[in-house]
Amino acid sequence: MPIIDVRNLHKRYGEKTAVDDVSFSVEEGEIFGILGPNGAGKTTTVECVAGMRPADAGSVSVLGRDPRRDRDEVRELLGVQLQEARLPDRLRTGEALDLYASFYRSPADTGRLLESLGIADKRDTQYRRLSGGQKQRLSIALALVENPRVAVFDELTTGLNPQARRDTWDLVENVRDSGVTVVLVTHFMDEAERLCDRIAVVDSGRIAALDTPAGLVARTDPEQRVTFRAPRDFDEQVLAARPEVASAHRSGHQVRVTGRGNLLHAVTSVLAREHVVAEDLRVERSNLDDAFVALTGRSPEA
Amino acid sequence: MNTDTERRSPVSALLRTAATEARLLTREPVAICVGILLPTVLLLGLGALPVLREPAPEFGGLRFVDTWAPMALILGTGILCVQHLPSTLASYREKGVLRRMSTTPVHPGVLLTAQIGVVSAAATLSALLLVLSSWLVLDVEPPSRPLLFTAAFAVGTASLIALGVLVAAVAPGATAASGLSTALYMLLLLVGGVFLPQNVLPGFLARLGEVTPPGAQLLLASWSGDSGGAVLPPLVQLAIMAGVALAAAALAARLFRWE
Repeated sequence: MPIIDVRNLHKRYGEKTAVDDVSFSVEEGEIFGILGPNGAGKTTTVECVAGMRPADAGSVSVLGRDPRRDRDEVRELLGVQLQEARLPDRLRTGEALDLYASFYRSPADTGRLLESLGIADKRDTQYRRLSGGQKQRLSIALALVENPRVAVFDELTTGLNPQARRDTWDLVENVRDSGVTVVLVTHFMDEAERLCDRIAVVDSGRIAALDTPAGLVARTDPEQRVTFRAPRDFDEQVLAARPEVASAHRSGHQVRVTGRGNLLHAVTSVLAREHVVAEDLRVERSNLDDAFVALTGRSPEA
Repeated sequence: MNTDTERRSPVSALLRTAATEARLLTREPVAICVGILLPTVLLLGLGALPVLREPAPEFGGLRFVDTWAPMALILGTGILCVQHLPSTLASYREKGVLRRMSTTPVHPGVLLTAQIGVVSAAATLSALLLVLSSWLVLDVEPPSRPLLFTAAFAVGTASLIALGVLVAAVAPGATAASGLSTALYMLLLLVGGVFLPQNVLPGFLARLGEVTPPGAQLLLASWSGDSGGAVLPPLVQLAIMAGVALAAAALAARLFRWE
């Protein structure tokens, strides 16, 4: 049984269609990404999953339960970190966590939770005095204080500095490693590529593609490029004889080879056979950014 | 560590939330100083002027401090119920505090209820402080009709709270809420006779003051025994004010948005 199962979800606000026939399922233990530009319907989708909004059509199930009908049960199992949900300015970290822990049947040990999120020393600090990264950690802690089976993180790293983003990524991986299934909503390519096992690319309320990060990249642009520097007496056209190679060009010392399949192996074996010492050997491949543009026709962070 | 416990009761969630909100209120210097302490400080300060402690014919043979004590009370209660409460609720909505709570098994209505409870308690504390200190320091007699005074204070505070929640319900954001609530506060003070004594207000304003929250006239009548020239009997004033409170509360409940 999937942890989350969404079938043909539809949601409109007045005339505007926010979610248009979205289906996906999240398997136990994975980090499932919902990736798309702002306004693509990502947050509405997770709000329906969390039972905060009724769906207009379609079905949502969380661990076999209906988030609207079995509201209380789902809320004990699903931890939600909402985009831009702040806390009262003068509330202390420890007070917030203890209060939220008291709302649940089987809460986590709040001391250990603060410890694992690296904010144990901020227990007595008021919310307004926390840094952006610390606020996000507290937000994660509040989503995890119920000991959830699945946690939803919505735009976790928006507004954080690069170091805090990377630290937060490590935390998300730790959460998954502790046995919690994670749904990660983001509009950052690097974040999705780094963390997610599978990604649903959402655009204008629809799922444009659903695959692993590598799968998404491969389906849009399977061509690879290998570049290296070689001595002038090396004839790059010997590479073109290999079936993996589509083209080989040279400008000065720089050789650029394009092709498919196991291109890197093809190139290195030719170089070894020819006793050529290649320097600065690099594989260039298209990344999720390119894949996203190919799938949706626009840049995700625009 | 898992400590499997019974299903949390809504009452225990409410008490926990109220305790947290009370703690937060103690960290708001403005609400504490202006809402709870200012009425007493003002009355004692004015009472330090000998002329205001002399019986005067324009106060019906009473002293200024006797007639102004209920006004001081309204000043503080108004700050708590009509200013602090709506701006706190509106900021909770704007910040997503209510939205976040709606992802837990506890409805954000619990937070609203807790906030109302804490504000009522603070208003009561402010009143006790004022009645006791004006009695002990200025010899202002404690309310001559304690039951009526308590009822008037309870209904008056309830009607202010209902208006405060209504402001939070209609205000689009925290800034708008604080603007609206300031205007409402000033209006209530004016009609209640805090700026100008009732007997110099135009007739219709004085009549209005008998029934507009928080019932300044009734507080005065039940405290010092001076009816201030009120036309309506006390119980009718009380009933009308309770009606205002219920209407405002019903409207607030209809219009309140959690996000």
